[in-house]
Amino acid sequence: MAMPSSGCLFFSSSPATLLLRPALPHLSLPTRRPPRPRQQISLHRRATRQGNPPGTNPAAASSQSSPATHETLTDELKWEEALPSCLLRESLPRHVAIIMDGNSRWARDKGLPVSAGHEAGYRSLKEIIRLSCLWGIRALTVFAFSSENWFRPKAEVDFLMTLFQGVLKENFDIFVREGIKVRIIGDSAKLPKPLQKLAKEIQDVTVNKTRFELIVAVSYSGRQDIVLACQKIAQKVKDRLLEPDEITESLFAQELETNHSRDFPYPDLLIRTSGELRLSNFLLWQSAYSELYFTKSNWPDFGEADYIEALQSFQRRQRRFGQRIS
Amino acid sequence: MFPYPFLRCMNFRMDKKLVQLLPIKLSNNIHGFLRKFLFKVLSFGPMPKHIAFILDGNRRYGKKWNLTEGEGHERGFCNLMTILNYVHEMKFQYVTVYAFSIDNFRRKADEVQLLMRLIKEKMDALVEDTSMADKLGIRIEFIGKLELLDESVREAAKKLMKATEKNDQLVLLVSIAYTSTDEIVHGVERSCMEVRDEDDDDDGMMIKLVDLEKNMYFGGYPDPDILVRTSGETRLSNFLLWQTKGCLLYAPLCFWPEISMRHLVWAVLKYQRRFFYLERIKKQP
Repeated sequence: MAMPSSGCLFFSSSPATLLLRPALPHLSLPTRRPPRPRQQISLHRRATRQGNPPGTNPAAASSQSSPATHETLTDELKWEEALPSCLLRESLPRHVAIIMDGNSRWARDKGLPVSAGHEAGYRSLKEIIRLSCLWGIRALTVFAFSSENWFRPKAEVDFLMTLFQGVLKENFDIFVREGIKVRIIGDSAKLPKPLQKLAKEIQDVTVNKTRFELIVAVSYSGRQDIVLACQKIAQKVKDRLLEPDEITESLFAQELETNHSRDFPYPDLLIRTSGELRLSNFLLWQSAYSELYFTKSNWPDFGEADYIEALQSFQRRQRRFGQRIS
Repeated sequence: MFPYPFLRCMNFRMDKKLVQLLPIKLSNNIHGFLRKFLFKVLSFGPMPKHIAFILDGNRRYGKKWNLTEGEGHERGFCNLMTILNYVHEMKFQYVTVYAFSIDNFRRKADEVQLLMRLIKEKMDALVEDTSMADKLGIRIEFIGKLELLDESVREAAKKLMKATEKNDQLVLLVSIAYTSTDEIVHGVERSCMEVRDEDDDDDGMMIKLVDLEKNMYFGGYPDPDILVRTSGETRLSNFLLWQTKGCLLYAPLCFWPEISMRHLVWAVLKYQRRFFYLERIKKQP
């Protein structure tokens, strides 16, 4: 984890002192929180975060985690007080999508194994979920695993599946308590059976939560999403329930995997880390009018400052949806 | 070497200084020679085959230079011709431009009429004088829901497509009355019609990705390698959502009438940097 810069801010680990936190500095100075050991829920021991050699089996380490004292996502703060002064509540995106790219590159740059990169990526995701809840963003979609990622080395894929399972298990209670609706989209048939079962369980339990929506795309392909929707509609046409000329865009959109969210179906802002400038088969239909934001930071380095910069960039944009604003 | 009339449309500063010092023909020759040398050097690396442009910022350009209504779009059209010359010299095979979206019909009626009139004028001019299209070997195709256009514009588009159908060096795909979501729904509709007409007892699962793709407006054409959106906005605005799965997105800060050769060269260099990784992505199903 990077150290905080210039000593101009001190982040206490106590939740109550967050109320006394001064305003954030100008964004040209990157700021990083020091690690808070009590809140970190990790599948590895703390020593692994400091860059020790690999080899710890995440499945074996999972029983050691989940400390009793961990911070709730919103504490006793009111959301209005938590928003940084440089952001305006009325022009925040309601739905943010993130392509979490760059874990392997981050690990390679630091001389760590790829698994450490994914671990660090998980910690980064936790922080972004916490900030999103705090600042009033209502939905977050993350691209955890693409259908193309199945071609990666088997060891890495197995590690990732175990990581996802561990993450869902660890945070199950948090999602329920904080009112987070979890939704897993993608081809779940390819996932290991225990993960499928856990994913289904967590979706069933949190289906009525309304405070925040977390959509995790695992084994997801934007094109395949569209093809599956097409097949469902074709079945209706075959069964004479629908005529081809009655197919409209809204009817088609209801058949996509993201149809469950009535309020925030499409992302307003799509962030891609690691400097790559493409969509990589993620939410192709849904990102028709999304503002795209590309950052050179790798995902494990994407923290509060980068997130604020992305949101500020969104606030500066003029969204016209093909029309004129004059 | 591009024709003299388009020199007036260019904002290339070096050429303005050269024009003051040298005769126009000589400066054209020097510029052309340097350009061809640069493109030759670029071609030692992998070159993209298909580039797409979102022609954004014409009106803002007009406001910036205090031009009359529609003059920004005229300059944008001039610059399109210049860019087509460059693209032809760089040996691209396909160029796609986003000329008019279905969402643009919701603009004010007089602006829509102005744009339609401009498009029709240019189409008629190109039909009357196909010398430039023939010289560059450009085949022009109009892609989109053409039934939303006026009869006169549609007829002019058909005439232009017919007039240039024999050319084979460069294909210019003009997206007019187009949105990607409409294209996907059109593909779904056509695929469902095929399914309905079959008498098999199979369920609707027989529709595959390739079936859907071939029924789309862009079916049969390769996916773009680079998508350039001018005016610095980074969004797709419902353009080529399906086709830009692994495409490089490039958003220079200039307006469309200001885009020049250096932006194209920079886009190609960025593409070459990522080429091998992108190829691996494209080969995966």
